[in-house]
Amino acid sequence: MTPQFNIFKSIDKTVLLLFLAMVTIGWFNIFASEYTEAHRHIFDLGTSYGKQLVWILGAFVLAAAVLTIDIRFFTSFAWVIYVSLLVVLIGVLFFGVEINATRAWFRVGGFAFQPSEIAKYGTILALASMISRTRVKKPDISARMKAFGIILLPAMLVLLQKDVGTTLVFSSFILVLFREGYTGGLVLFFGVVAVSLFVLTLIFNEFIIIGALAAITLIIGFLMRKKSRVIPQLIGLFMLLAVFVYSVDYTFDNILQPHHKARIEVLVYGGADLQGAGYNLHQSKIAIGSGGFAGKGFLQGTQTQFNFIPEQSTDFIFCTVGEEWGFIGSLVIIGLYTSLMIRLLYLAEKQRSVFSRVFGYATTSILFFHFAINIGMTIGLVPVIGIPLPLISYGGSSLWGVTLMLFTFLKLDAHRFEMI
Amino acid sequence: MQIQHNPGQFSNRRKIVAGIILATSLLLLVQLFLLQIADSSYKTSALSNYLRYVTDYPSRGLIYDRNEDLLVYNEAHYDLMVIPGQVSELDTLEFCDLLGIEVAAFESRLLQARQYSRFRPSVFERQISKTTFAAFQEKLFRYPGFFVQPRTLRKYTYPIATHTFGYVGEAGPNVISNDPYYRPGDYIGVSGVERAYEEQLRGQKGVRIRMVDVHNRDAGSFQEGRYDTLAVAGKDLYATLDGELQLYGERLMQNKRGSIVAIEPSTGEILSLVTSPAFDPGLLVGRQRTRNYRMLQNDSLNPLFNRALMAQYPPGSVFKIINTLIALQEGVINPQTSYGCGGIYHTTGISIRCRSHPSPVNAITGIQYSCNTFSSIIFQNTINQSKFENIQESLQQWRDYVTSFGLGSPFGSDLSYELSGLVVTPDYYDRLYGPRGWRSQTILSLGIGQGELGVTPLQLANMTAAVANRGYYITPHMVKAIDTPDNQNNQFGLANNIEIDREHFETMAEAMRRVMAEGTGSFSAIPDIETAGKTGTVQNPHGENHSVFVAFAPVDDPQIAISVVVENAGYGSVWAAPIASLMIEKYLTREVNRAWFEQRILDASFLTAHPEDAQ
Repeated sequence: MTPQFNIFKSIDKTVLLLFLAMVTIGWFNIFASEYTEAHRHIFDLGTSYGKQLVWILGAFVLAAAVLTIDIRFFTSFAWVIYVSLLVVLIGVLFFGVEINATRAWFRVGGFAFQPSEIAKYGTILALASMISRTRVKKPDISARMKAFGIILLPAMLVLLQKDVGTTLVFSSFILVLFREGYTGGLVLFFGVVAVSLFVLTLIFNEFIIIGALAAITLIIGFLMRKKSRVIPQLIGLFMLLAVFVYSVDYTFDNILQPHHKARIEVLVYGGADLQGAGYNLHQSKIAIGSGGFAGKGFLQGTQTQFNFIPEQSTDFIFCTVGEEWGFIGSLVIIGLYTSLMIRLLYLAEKQRSVFSRVFGYATTSILFFHFAINIGMTIGLVPVIGIPLPLISYGGSSLWGVTLMLFTFLKLDAHRFEMI
Repeated sequence: MQIQHNPGQFSNRRKIVAGIILATSLLLLVQLFLLQIADSSYKTSALSNYLRYVTDYPSRGLIYDRNEDLLVYNEAHYDLMVIPGQVSELDTLEFCDLLGIEVAAFESRLLQARQYSRFRPSVFERQISKTTFAAFQEKLFRYPGFFVQPRTLRKYTYPIATHTFGYVGEAGPNVISNDPYYRPGDYIGVSGVERAYEEQLRGQKGVRIRMVDVHNRDAGSFQEGRYDTLAVAGKDLYATLDGELQLYGERLMQNKRGSIVAIEPSTGEILSLVTSPAFDPGLLVGRQRTRNYRMLQNDSLNPLFNRALMAQYPPGSVFKIINTLIALQEGVINPQTSYGCGGIYHTTGISIRCRSHPSPVNAITGIQYSCNTFSSIIFQNTINQSKFENIQESLQQWRDYVTSFGLGSPFGSDLSYELSGLVVTPDYYDRLYGPRGWRSQTILSLGIGQGELGVTPLQLANMTAAVANRGYYITPHMVKAIDTPDNQNNQFGLANNIEIDREHFETMAEAMRRVMAEGTGSFSAIPDIETAGKTGTVQNPHGENHSVFVAFAPVDDPQIAISVVVENAGYGSVWAAPIASLMIEKYLTREVNRAWFEQRILDASFLTAHPEDAQ
């Protein structure tokens, strides 16, 4: 390390500015979501926007702290952090408090904290460490098993907290594994095929789907008849998909919980139950849809101001953006997010150390999953899964978790010419 | 020390990852574009989410009589409303005790309301009494989710003129789909004056636009009430009715089937419109209405039937007034022309009986003694006039005279459910007998007011008013003034002239005066009031004859023209005439001094013989 190293010269200004912009926009939208005529002081800790201000200041302190830490700390203590977070995740199962049927919170004073948000950070560290130490050109089966194990262990613990949303976030690491060659493109391809078939089977009769699959198989088989070698593979694939389709109804009826089923049904069959499972999505679409091109203006959203949408400052914060700022606001948020993610990818690819690159990819993947699922659910593209929109939604755990990831990566990036 | 850049052998996959991110962003933007720009329906949904249109109901106009006595007014009632979503723990037992309902009923009503909507008010109990309301008012704060909504119901000073006032009911689906003013649950005049003057009586609803939050809690008025409209109270009506006379008429008609219609000839204002049997107008108000209506529908005396406007009788002898006037106008007779009567009139193939009376008779004495022979001769002569090429033309001209008295069609004024009556046309006989198949003697019964004639009591009274006016009538109507007593209701003010000379009407007035002074109606002569009248006895093939009488008084300055029909009561002179005479006395002197005469009417009952029974 050069003695005159100045972190403020080396830090990536683009990411820093995007971070500040999104946190600021987020705070104003939280303010709008919770604002009432009989409003209190903006620093009132009894309001969520007052609390969020404290969380944001805390995030700045956290960011500053991370930037001063020696980068070797992250590599050296990756596993220590990972293991201690696993312990915390186990601890929260016994000592945590229950909020919204999810036992995932520690409470200190008026502030509640969710360790699973930080657990993602530990997982990234462990994953980055493990992959960077695996010095093989092509990951063998044991390396793959290790990588999956590192991800699945915390994911299972979070699932035990009955926090399905956060559990699903861990699946975003598939992008990292893909980039690093731990999974092939086929996994992604079959993931897409499986989800499509799942939805199609819920809409159409399973035998129609199987029939269609058979027809497609025959056509492909006919086109590839010269290569007799692929025919058995094709038939095997068809059998596999047929069994999958056949099992969808069973899975849906017997494995998923009722409120999960209801949320999927709302999406697949349209908003029939507007007072029940479909209420949130319906009101959310009304809020965003009624925003029009330019929105109703700050604090002028009727859906927002009259509290038609539950959880609006947290998971449904995008409704406030859509209603009060319209399509312009949506465009800005999506633009900021996309720029942030692409910039992070670009930086990750510039890293000389595998550790930093994996860290960058993992951070991007997690942001991407939150971004796609959170906005997707408010506009009816994916089922309602309760995860926040990082940097925008109300909530300290999420904000601190993302701040920790982003600034760790910025720190790593600032030192990318150094050996770690 | 610096290290080499080591992208790894899978570095090409970075493009796929970036592609997935960009594609997802694009997908989100497309969906946002569809929601926010392409589809405008969400704007409406957002508006209906938070805006509530609260209707302010104006009070319905009151109805006074011609002397400005209040007859119909409003009384506040209270509906207990519930918003199920706001109901929290309450002392159910105490609540049910206050309301006088079972706990099971409480739960089922709450469930019903919840099924309608958790956040919108439903009626929990309709029209709770004043005492219940008072008890509730004190404890309402202990029952969150419940509130009391004031409504008004019609009340009546006297239980009279039910058919005339009509009633007010909830607007049905037909009305609602045809008239945007009405919403489900709104009230509308269903019949009578309430219907005819609905627009004036109802006033104008006001709308306040309130904002509500997700729990349907009021969050203030929308844009400081810029789009709110004030309710405009309904206008009061001043009926042409004389409340006291109406009340008296209904008393006289108790235990009788029939009607009384009294008109002020100079204005066409209906002074009283009695149909009997009637019922208390209060029966068709409020939550008992449906039950009461069904009860009235099933009543064999048919009290819902407004005889004054809907019963059609052959006019009988009172029709001789019109036939005599036509004969005089046509020059078939002059006031001196007289014919002998031997108690029976014979013509080709037909004979008509008469009663014994001095003979010969002329136009005046013919009316005075109600001579059938004289009437038959002048009717035949009217029809057989040589100036007509055929009997069709002749009967048509006769018919034009008759209808000019207001017979054969409804007046179409502010009265509900009038029937048109019947005045036969030449076509009818052509179809029945063939164009050459009928003669004046074929239709001779028209000459004495029988045969193919149907007249309502209202038409009879109006015809009498036309004689009282010596040649014209003003369309009879029910409402004298709107809003203030001075704001005259002029829409029916035009005179309907009859093409018969005034001198003939003077002759008729004299004839009718003699009916009362020394003729068939002398039994009912009123001391000190010179009255003109004509008796009638309508043949009823189904039972006892109907007693009919028409009159006006005073002869030289007519203030009242009246028709009375008492079904199954026999001779007109015996029952209908005394009733008319009492009514005239009551109206002109405000009191009745013939106690025994009055008591005889009050005691009489003709309800035992149903015409339906004989059929």
